[in-house]
Amino acid sequence: MSGFGESIRTAFELVVHADAVLARTVGLSLAVSGLACAVAAGFGLVGGAWLAVARFPGHRLLVIVLNTLLALPSVVVGLVVYLLLSRSGPLGSMGLLFTPTAMVIAQTILVLPIVAALARQLVGDSLRDGGDQLRSMGAGPLTCALLMLLHDRWAVVTVLLTAFGRAIAEVGAVMVVGGNIDGVTRVMTTSIALETSKGDLPLAMALGIVLLGVVGLVNLGIGLIQRGHGSALAGVR
Amino acid sequence: MTPLLILDKVSVRFGDVQALRDVTLTVQRGDFVALVGANGSGKTTLLRALHGVVAHRGTRRVASDDLLRQAMVFQRPFVLRLSVWHNLRLALWLAGVPWAAHAQRGAEALVRVGLADLKSRPARALSGGQQQRLALARAWAVQPDILFLDEPTASLDPSAKKEVEALLEGFAAEGMTIVMSTHNLGQAKRLASRVVYLDAGQVQADLPTPWFFSDSLQGRADKFTKGELAWSLE
Repeated sequence: MSGFGESIRTAFELVVHADAVLARTVGLSLAVSGLACAVAAGFGLVGGAWLAVARFPGHRLLVIVLNTLLALPSVVVGLVVYLLLSRSGPLGSMGLLFTPTAMVIAQTILVLPIVAALARQLVGDSLRDGGDQLRSMGAGPLTCALLMLLHDRWAVVTVLLTAFGRAIAEVGAVMVVGGNIDGVTRVMTTSIALETSKGDLPLAMALGIVLLGVVGLVNLGIGLIQRGHGSALAGVR
Repeated sequence: MTPLLILDKVSVRFGDVQALRDVTLTVQRGDFVALVGANGSGKTTLLRALHGVVAHRGTRRVASDDLLRQAMVFQRPFVLRLSVWHNLRLALWLAGVPWAAHAQRGAEALVRVGLADLKSRPARALSGGQQQRLALARAWAVQPDILFLDEPTASLDPSAKKEVEALLEGFAAEGMTIVMSTHNLGQAKRLASRVVYLDAGQVQADLPTPWFFSDSLQGRADKFTKGELAWSLE
């Protein structure tokens, strides 16, 4: 119990003293995961919406593959991206390995299936409710699907929060492709892994608490916006 | 009268279920057709076949060289989580109405259905009757040649039902062609100029309203209007 107490005190001190290294690490974590989610949102939402309405040979297989990719191990993603970006790999000439860009690419690949699979499910459910109406108004299949994303925009935000949570909490992919270089590619989770391996468990735990706090604040902010929107609907949602 | 839409020997099958069998029906311009029949008789499928949104055998023909503008209102109106005004603008955009005409057309439609004061309200915050009026406004705004209504008052309370019926009477008086499915024979009698009775996916009677409600009906159609049609699994 004293270990936990010390961790909480250390976490508190790190935040109160506005530790510069901590601030940089938190900033990089938010930037990498936020950017990865933004890119995954662009492709995943449209791709998922399209999958909800498209019918072609192999469609069912593609959906099964997509759902399977929800369990994609982050370290495997890191390994694949590493092989692509390493000097001998097909994209080695770009010199991206051990940079934040490589970390964004890895996390994008990691969360893309989450965004696409959940968007497909969301749009499919909404189309069962209102698809006939939209089609009768003249909307084509993809337009119907995209309108349903607009209709369910707060559920879409929850999907993106889920993806963000997965991205910011993973360590395997960013460790492999980022290399945990101090001041360059070190993020919260790789810091925690490093401090754990050094045996400084209270500091590792404190960093974990700070990480949870940061993600909690992001969720709280979006939750407040959603609540405001809910009040505008006079409690009918 | 001028024919507007013609179905010739149209059949629709959903898996093992034969929803429509060789239905031949002509909708004339200015008609107010009520489709009546028991549950599962094929009313909604016939509406969809007329609308052209269901795969079928047989021929569906538009008796005009012009593109037929159509609108459909469902029993449970679906409105997007947007304001009343944006729902209306969306309908106009999907119908291909020129952007410049949206503001005037939308405003007229909201006045027409009595929702002008609620244009900024979230559509999902409206009551069931108001949502149905919004659905009618969306349909009216695109100035359809033909309006399809699938039991538009089935889920409404009596006062909302009365409001919607008044609007439909107004649309019909303006010359809009309307095809409506309904379980409510009183409503069919009050509103329709013609009644089509369906049984097991087939048209059993197609008569002007006064004739339909006279004593001229026979067989299952007669039993249906008198509420004596027994329910069976056959």
